[in-house]
Amino acid sequence: MNQRPVLDISDLPTFGHGPRSPTWWGTLGFMALEGTGFALAAGAYLYLATLWPNWRLSAPVPNHWPGTIVTLLLIVSLVPNHILNGYAKRCAMGPVRIGMVVMSLLGLAPLVVRWFEFPALNIYWDTNAYGSMIWVLLGLHTTHLITDVGDTIVLTVLMFTHHGYSGRRFGDVGDNVFYWDFVVLTWIPIYLLIYWLPRLG
Amino acid sequence: MSSADLTSERDLPPERETSVRGDIAPARDGPRDTGMDDASLHRWLARTWRTPPGIIGALSSVDHKVIARRYLITAFLFLCLGGLNAVAMRIQLSGPQRGLIGPDLYNQLFTMHGVTMMFLFAVPIVQATGIYLVPLMVGTRNIAFPRLNAFGYWVYVSGGLFAWVSFALAMAPDVGWFAYVPLSGPEFSPGKRADVWAQMITYTEVSSLAVAVATIVTVLKQRAPGMSLDKIPLYVWALLVTSFVVVFAMPAVMITSTFLILDRLVGTHIFNPAEGGDALLFQHLFWFFGHPEVYIIFLPATGMVSSIIPAFARRPAFGHLGLVLSLIAVGFLSFGLWVHHMFATGLPKLGASFFTASSMLIAIPNGVQIFCWLATLWDGRPVIRTPLLFVFGFFFTFVIGGLTGVMLASVPLDLQVHDTYFVVAHFHYVLIGGSVFPLLGAAYFWFPKITGRMMSERLGRWHFWLAMIGFNAAFFPMHIVGLWGMPRRVYTYPAELDWGNINLFISAGAVLFFLSFVLFAFNLVHGALRGTPAGDNPWDAGTLEWATSSPPPSYNFTRIPVVTNVEPLWAERGALPVASGLRVDARELIISTVAEAHPDIREKSATPSIWPLLAAIAVGATFLYSIFTPWAIIWGAAPIAVTLVGWFWPKGDPEDEE
Repeated sequence: MNQRPVLDISDLPTFGHGPRSPTWWGTLGFMALEGTGFALAAGAYLYLATLWPNWRLSAPVPNHWPGTIVTLLLIVSLVPNHILNGYAKRCAMGPVRIGMVVMSLLGLAPLVVRWFEFPALNIYWDTNAYGSMIWVLLGLHTTHLITDVGDTIVLTVLMFTHHGYSGRRFGDVGDNVFYWDFVVLTWIPIYLLIYWLPRLG
Repeated sequence: MSSADLTSERDLPPERETSVRGDIAPARDGPRDTGMDDASLHRWLARTWRTPPGIIGALSSVDHKVIARRYLITAFLFLCLGGLNAVAMRIQLSGPQRGLIGPDLYNQLFTMHGVTMMFLFAVPIVQATGIYLVPLMVGTRNIAFPRLNAFGYWVYVSGGLFAWVSFALAMAPDVGWFAYVPLSGPEFSPGKRADVWAQMITYTEVSSLAVAVATIVTVLKQRAPGMSLDKIPLYVWALLVTSFVVVFAMPAVMITSTFLILDRLVGTHIFNPAEGGDALLFQHLFWFFGHPEVYIIFLPATGMVSSIIPAFARRPAFGHLGLVLSLIAVGFLSFGLWVHHMFATGLPKLGASFFTASSMLIAIPNGVQIFCWLATLWDGRPVIRTPLLFVFGFFFTFVIGGLTGVMLASVPLDLQVHDTYFVVAHFHYVLIGGSVFPLLGAAYFWFPKITGRMMSERLGRWHFWLAMIGFNAAFFPMHIVGLWGMPRRVYTYPAELDWGNINLFISAGAVLFFLSFVLFAFNLVHGALRGTPAGDNPWDAGTLEWATSSPPPSYNFTRIPVVTNVEPLWAERGALPVASGLRVDARELIISTVAEAHPDIREKSATPSIWPLLAAIAVGATFLYSIFTPWAIIWGAAPIAVTLVGWFWPKGDPEDEE
């Protein structure tokens, strides 16, 4: 078919941050589907909790302290996370490198405390359905924590190579910031469900 | 682009931050397509966008058309396998107390039939059609996240092989396609069969989720300049809505199958009522996915119908906005119906009434679509060709299926015919009528684009009538035998019940229906080898996929079209307006804004890579191993991590920078 040029796009930039970039939308898509997974798992937990009059099924209450420490660590990590985002937008390599190292460490720290959360649940996954559900919820979030920390560390290493000097890599840093927000925000309802809902029963 | 579009203030890209360059390596520019003659342009683009030669090259392909072709062929093979399952069952049921197939094999057969048709045929084939057509229809050069798309295909193939190798080893799932607990739980299904179901489901849904995300981003961010939301083709709208439904529905089945395998393998009690779990929870979670699933299969088919009808009625679709809103309404409502699959479980009456109402409600947007199509045909000058015949077949069959659906939405009737052949008849009318007939029409319609050749019209008409007669002969009598009380999922029945003759008739219809697919397969092969050359636009249709050659080149369009109308090729008969200024030595494409499709970024699309295949192998091996020990997840993590790092680590191509 014959063509007639009507539009010149040669001046367009070659990368964009945030919602301008397709990767941001892809990340949002994965958040939506993983968020649905979280919501359904939480829904299943609440379904069982309302079904049985004595929820917790006579199990001892979980020790909330490791979970509370993780929660505080995660909330605190949001501050450097968003400072990092600002530097990524400005494509400033020095501060981005420092920020990525900080975020890797702030990802590892809750993961270490998370290790102590499982015994603090005071029940095994195969004791009863209450135990199963809180292990599932904690496991689901831990999977996300591990994947995102792994991703952050790989990206940190990448930013220390010559590949880092690229608009696209700074965009990746921005998307990493975005996904970490998701990991933190999904934790809050799960934290309440695991540690505080059983105290109501 | 009209002046109105150019001056539109809405949704303009933000001020370009040209001043903030930051620590970015100096841009390495390359040759652009501006002013380049067609022959040089073709040479450059063909070299930049080609799939590398050789086996490794083929396995590394990220071209959406190559991946889609593989998907289509694989899904068709699974259709044949699922069809053979059905024929085997029909031969066994053709008379009372036949001894061809015993109960154990029969259980595996109907489970594999359902699993194959739903998870390995229906969803993959509608997504595959989208992978092929959506990038072409929105006027871009590749799907978003091409490597994720390739990964999706490999995951799907290995999931399908996993199920069918299990069948060959007589360890296929035998608990029905929805694998209800407690039957599929650890107590009543020892062995590995239910584990195969659970892991294969989780695994193949990873694939459809990946494709859904890639499709959504392609539609939202890669549309040709000027293709604002109101100019998106209806088929693309259908795929967009479907992909959103996939994103919110598929996680439910993954949660279900994961909970099941946890109960079976590590002793959790999620579905075990003796330890505080609940068996009905399984059904809620499963059908929260399972009902939207029906619309995941059906909505793309309505998109196909909305493409075929305007092309043959010779006018744009009547009620474009109404059709789009209906698609969106169906997408939302599909999440509010799941409990109507559970009317026989003794739910509270008020809840059941709510779901009766919502089940009847969804008939309204579907009805709106049907009336819009009829109006398009009414007002047009229809040219009756095979694709349109299949659309007529769709109307006839789907409306019958829809009517029995409204009947089944009422609880008393549902209780009466629950688990009988009446239900089998209903959902085959809906699924085959609502999805397979439009798909067959779509095959005849887009085959010329994919292969460059036409399928035989004469064989097509034979195919249509054979399919129509065979289908109705096989499935209509099932309504009757269902009302007589014949239950589903029984491997035989006693002669005294007098169901022998009608079942023989049904089996004869099934064989006829199967033969129609043999004829179809012959027509496909014959068309691909001997068909008359099609040219770019054999049907004189109006959407962008017909603007390029048949089959399209690896780069889809020599220049990205600029869209001015919902049927761009009808609006611009003389010459297609296009954009220029993209690099030709790197895989550049246009990223545009979400609502108005203003061009915003020249972004690079990923190059071919073997890593998605390796990642799929690592993930597949982990899933396979996990049915034997939960430690597989720990052991599998390392190879998965390595392959993912290999996938994302830049290799120094121009596409990896900026």
